[in-house]
Amino acid sequence: MNTNVNDQMKNEEKNKLVKEIVARHMHSKGALIPVLHEVQESYGYLPDEIQEKIAKEMNISKSEVFGVISFYSHFATKPAGKYKISVCMGTACYVKGAGAVLDKLKETLRVKVGQTTEDGEFTLEECRCLGCCGLAPVLTVNGKVYGRLTIDDVDTILESYKKDGGIA
Amino acid sequence: MEFRTHLMVCAGTACVSCGAFNVKKLLEEEIKKKGLDKEILVVGTGCQGFCAQGPIVVVRPDDIFYQLLSPEDVPHLVEEHFLKGRPVKKMMYTPPGEKIQIPTMSEIGFFNKQRLIALRNKGLIDAEQIDDYIGRDGYNALIKVLTEMNPDDIVKEVKDSGLRGRGGGGFPTGLKWEICKNSKGSPKYIICNADEGDPGAYMDRSIIESDPHSVIEGMLIGARAIGAQEGVVYIRTEYPLAIKRLETAIGQAREYGLLGKDILGKGFDFDLKIKQGAGAFVCGEETALMASIEGKRGMPNKRPPFPAESGLWNKPTNINNVETWANIPWIILKGADRFASIGTEKSKGTKVFSLVGKINNTGLVEVPMGITLKEIIFDIGGGVPNGKKFKAVQMGGPSGGCIPAELGDTIIDYDSVTATGAIMGSGGMVVMDETTCMVDIAKYFLNFTQAESCGKCTFCRIGTKRMLEILQRICDGNGVEEDIGKLQELAAQIKDSSLCGLGQTAPNPVLTTLKYFRHEYEAHIKDKKCPAKSCKALLTYEINDQCIGCTVCVRVCPTKAITGERKVKHLIDQEKCIKCGACFDICKFKAIDVN
Ligand SMILES: Cc1cc2nc3c(=O)[nH]c(=O)nc-3n(C[C@H](O)[C@H](O)[C@H](O)COP(=O)(O)O)c2cc1C
Ligand code: SF4
Ligand code: FES
Repeated sequence: MNTNVNDQMKNEEKNKLVKEIVARHMHSKGALIPVLHEVQESYGYLPDEIQEKIAKEMNISKSEVFGVISFYSHFATKPAGKYKISVCMGTACYVKGAGAVLDKLKETLRVKVGQTTEDGEFTLEECRCLGCCGLAPVLTVNGKVYGRLTIDDVDTILESYKKDGGIA
Repeated sequence: MEFRTHLMVCAGTACVSCGAFNVKKLLEEEIKKKGLDKEILVVGTGCQGFCAQGPIVVVRPDDIFYQLLSPEDVPHLVEEHFLKGRPVKKMMYTPPGEKIQIPTMSEIGFFNKQRLIALRNKGLIDAEQIDDYIGRDGYNALIKVLTEMNPDDIVKEVKDSGLRGRGGGGFPTGLKWEICKNSKGSPKYIICNADEGDPGAYMDRSIIESDPHSVIEGMLIGARAIGAQEGVVYIRTEYPLAIKRLETAIGQAREYGLLGKDILGKGFDFDLKIKQGAGAFVCGEETALMASIEGKRGMPNKRPPFPAESGLWNKPTNINNVETWANIPWIILKGADRFASIGTEKSKGTKVFSLVGKINNTGLVEVPMGITLKEIIFDIGGGVPNGKKFKAVQMGGPSGGCIPAELGDTIIDYDSVTATGAIMGSGGMVVMDETTCMVDIAKYFLNFTQAESCGKCTFCRIGTKRMLEILQRICDGNGVEEDIGKLQELAAQIKDSSLCGLGQTAPNPVLTTLKYFRHEYEAHIKDKKCPAKSCKALLTYEINDQCIGCTVCVRVCPTKAITGERKVKHLIDQEKCIKCGACFDICKFKAIDVN
């Protein structure tokens, strides 16, 4: 099972986290999206329980909160794995073979895009142009960029995270 | 302190991911070790544009260009060039297919056909130092508008320059400002669209990372002209470095009294906020973008009313793209005439493109309007790598189209590009060679728009899905003859009945490939063949007479589809073959044919 460390927080702690973030934004108009960004940043994702707290704290309906979360792909309602692998499927990467790299990852990790491996280690995602098309095809692992990829690089990259947290 | 030499280390996203920060740190250490730190300054700059060659160091004032630097190169470079005064040839750039290195930046084809306006400071300043920007005439345009010009003068100057929106639409910027200036209602807002949705383009990101103040200054000038006191930069959350640089720049501008109350003591108030997007392509569309700033689902709204009359919070709003804003200070300082002297009759100035895909010199280029596609691809881009043939170039991303090699003489100008069926777009330019399948590319873009449709309009939501299914079927070898007609029919309906630009332009990639590469569609449908040998389902792998019977492929095939004994020609069982290409990749004797 894959869990999020913050799920173990006490209820009061969760309330406090949400309260503080909302308080910081409440004075400005259009606060919901910045609040969601910050809560997700600190908590890791936006589960049902947290959405409820945000709605209560901001005095809006839960459906409004959920409506916004579901519209934007950046907001996650499920926890991610320890390492988030994002394969760039922008045009430049695509024409240079990103599809094959993605297939190889799917096959090796035995997950679909958007899923997390059973051991909670890796989450596989697609993203659009990272702005380093010169290095296409490109992927990132927790934000670190790996460029000029070939299919053979996939195993090496994965191994390095399995062993020592991705120093290589 | 005066330094004899400056080492400009590119710290754009691509170079950073190739280890530019490490190279910079080592350079500083080596220079210190050799006691040169009083004479030589190492500066981190924004993207220099030549992304494929990173990490990059430019030596100023000598203009020597070093590329593809590794940490191991640094001690040798410092010793030879900066201590002994002997520039190091082997770290210089050699054009593809040539043997002699080119030492200086101005002699390299990639750079010398460019004309820099929006990117005027690229590689020359440290983006995190406002003083660097000021040192290159930064904020002089603001001083000029606050002391010598009234709002009408500013609008007139921008109108006379002929500048058109660089975000894709190409609407005349001065006219847009005038409408917003004259519209009633207050307060008024100014927005910078930095959502950069085209999935293969990064001009706007690079401008913000390398020269954030040029955008801020442009917005200040626009605000003065229109009468706005508040501005918002709406930027993709996927651009952390750009967000950070922009935050730094806004902070420094406030400190210098260039943002806030009573700017430069001229009684002009203006401040800027950053709003991050959250991963929705449709939010680049102006009405959706404003809904998103308001904290709502980013769905487009009907126009009219146009934002100039009723935009953000139902107030008059002027929205422009990053590159549009970055052009403004230059126009004010150098004059509309000078800007208008560059380009064609209806398209003035320059355009930044991100030149990517199957091209030797990938990177960011700024070219004068009126240049031909061929000049960009061959003279600047250095042509297509690995001896392959140039087949087409995609412009305008998911809203644009593929221009075939035969139309390489097309000039960069809004109308000429539109005449081909593609659009100028925001600056994505993806080069394709003979191994890129045009049906597959059309499918790629449609897959994108289909996933990003906000769902408000039925045709955009479901029509694109139906088109995608047809394209998938064609690529899988299950296409039928009626499919082409069906695609055309759906395309026309989607164009007609979509509310926003996303739906209205979504069929363009399919329509242009059908127009110029219909034979490829037909080959997939009728002959069940992919001429580019790219669609897996349509390929067959066969062993030819070059086979010496080494059994390497027998061992590598994951499905055991290959049989054969040593020294006897092997055979692939087509039933078992999953077309993974492993045998092709491993065979040293060119004994595997792909058809
Ligand atoms: C689906 C869609 C996506 C768009 N994405 C962008 C974008 O990422 N960046 C941008 O500047 N304009 C984008 N636009 C165009 C904007 O709606 C708007 O025309 C532009 O920001 C105006 O600025 P300009 O006149 O300076 O080009 C998009 C339009 C549509 C229909
Ligand atoms: S055309 Fe598509 S993206 Fe635009 S409003 Fe309609 S459904 Fe939404
Ligand atoms: S398309 Fe992948 S980095 Fe630009």
